[in-house]
Amino acid sequence: MKPGRRFVRRAGIASTEQNGGAVATLSGTWTLAVVGREIDALNAELAALAKRAGTSWDCTGIEAFDSAGALLLWRTWGRRLPGAISLRPEHRRIFERLAAADQCPAPAGEPRLSYAWIRKLGDGAFKLQAHLVDFVALTGQVALNLVYLCRHPAELPRREISANLFKAGVRAMPVTALVGWLIGVVLSYLSSLQLRQFGADVFIINILGLGIIRELGPLLVAILIAGRTGSAMTAQLGVMRVTEEIDALNVMGVQRSLRLIFPKVAALAVVMPLLVVWTTAAALLGGMLAAQIQLDISAPFFFQTLPKAVPIGNVWIALSKGLVFGIAVALVACHFGMRVKPNTESLSANTTSSVVTAITVVILLDAVFAIVTRNVGLA
Amino acid sequence: MRDESLHPCNDQVPIISVRNLGTRFGRNWVLRNLDLEIERGEMVALVGGSGSGKTTLLRQIDGLLIPTEGEVRIFGESLFGGGILRERAIRRRFGVLFQQGALFSALNVYDNVAFPLRELKLLDEGMIHDLVMLKLAMVELLPQHAALMPAELSGGMIKRVSLARALALEPELLLLDEPTAGLDPDRSDSFVRLICGLGAELGLTVVFVTHDLDTLAALATKVAVLAEQRILAYGALREVMQMDHPFIHNFFHSERAARALNAAALTTKA
Repeated sequence: MKPGRRFVRRAGIASTEQNGGAVATLSGTWTLAVVGREIDALNAELAALAKRAGTSWDCTGIEAFDSAGALLLWRTWGRRLPGAISLRPEHRRIFERLAAADQCPAPAGEPRLSYAWIRKLGDGAFKLQAHLVDFVALTGQVALNLVYLCRHPAELPRREISANLFKAGVRAMPVTALVGWLIGVVLSYLSSLQLRQFGADVFIINILGLGIIRELGPLLVAILIAGRTGSAMTAQLGVMRVTEEIDALNVMGVQRSLRLIFPKVAALAVVMPLLVVWTTAAALLGGMLAAQIQLDISAPFFFQTLPKAVPIGNVWIALSKGLVFGIAVALVACHFGMRVKPNTESLSANTTSSVVTAITVVILLDAVFAIVTRNVGLA
Repeated sequence: MRDESLHPCNDQVPIISVRNLGTRFGRNWVLRNLDLEIERGEMVALVGGSGSGKTTLLRQIDGLLIPTEGEVRIFGESLFGGGILRERAIRRRFGVLFQQGALFSALNVYDNVAFPLRELKLLDEGMIHDLVMLKLAMVELLPQHAALMPAELSGGMIKRVSLARALALEPELLLLDEPTAGLDPDRSDSFVRLICGLGAELGLTVVFVTHDLDTLAALATKVAVLAEQRILAYGALREVMQMDHPFIHNFFHSERAARALNAAALTTKA
């Protein structure tokens, strides 16, 4: 074929006058790909023809026809075949389909309610209640698992616990140390600028010691672990639900809470206090370094003064915070993981909720700790 | 250039032509020196033992996998090397039905079928609505199914919705990966009938991978047997069955196969 004569398919419309009425002759290709390109022009041309009374339609010249092309005509004709029409028999079938599809009643939409916001509020309240009930049930289940394991210690899911210890603990060590160290440096640097103005250089040890050991260390680890491990746990359980792996475990008589949830809770309960110690140490080292550079407080002096400035009670508070936060993060993660429905949207929504809720719960628990331990460890 | 790719003026070109195709995973050749030409209007069944590379071949035809050597031409052109617009124009001319349906789980049935139409960016919502409803009616689903989410559908319905989505852009060629896998015999029969009817009505060329002899006997006008890394035989079922090869013998002449093929022959006669 010569380049100049390249054949371009298009939908053709021609109209002629014949004894009083117009005759619309359609030809060419009436398919989605062709019609779609010039839909507005075609629509306008067809509408003009359809508006005139007594137009007869000759569609026998149409070579290729599909439902999109037919639909375009169908809509201009007011969803019925016009009286005067000639049509190829194989094309008539397409219009029959269109007519049949129109016959099906459209599904009734949700009736619009007045005071929709009241309904929304109520729905929200019920949802919250469902979450709380589920969460309490989950916590109770884990507690029952613990009791069961005390009676049947042979069934302790050792492999799972150890895998979780490794994933949530050992693998998290670099990032927690780095973040802790940097926070220590920043905190120490900023505080020392202020303290130097008052000549209260030595108190940097009190600030760092109390602030990091009692408050920042546990909180920092909990937030990092909620983001790092909590989200992973939710996503894992969620995908296992989607792929029916959890059902498969149930069918084999393996208790899902014992095999999937308990190991996660147990592992975080063990690993979080350890990570708190590790991160706190990294933060204190960072702080010590900055204090040495900024305030000329030597490392041996820092070490000697630290126990005097920070009573040992604070360490116990930090460790118990780690334990409680770890359990909370794992329970929240598992709670949301078990709520994932088999679609991608639900998976992402639950993973997000898991992290946000875990961090919020950790901060709430931290406030509770602050109130309960207000008489402990403060000189 | 673009217009021509959208609208073939030459119907004589084979709709799929695979030449000297070879595929290697690691050090392992799955397909080697494979040739296949499929003419317009055929219903081709691609059969072969498990792991013989049926799905791999299908994924190379639809361009999800690039062959290690050789080339695949679809509508007489290669999918790749002509820029993204050209590739898209070719891709819009064929529909694919995945084994598990591959519906977008975050979208409901209506939006799943409307998705390719919306991607065209040519049609208004009213037109899209009518087309979606038409496609749903074509695959024998009811309008009230439109609001369901994929997770709420049964296996048979997932296949139907996914077929409606594959048909949304009025393709000339339909590629099906195990269209009846996971359906009970009843559903599988009605799905095969549906594909058959639509194929004849819309003038589709259909290529499907299957294990199921009932499906094969009911749908296929031609059979391509994939074994020993290549197409061992390609032709009408009767011709293929005549060939003397251990795989063909096993596949078509086992007791189970004879039963299925006889039953199919009886129903065609009746």
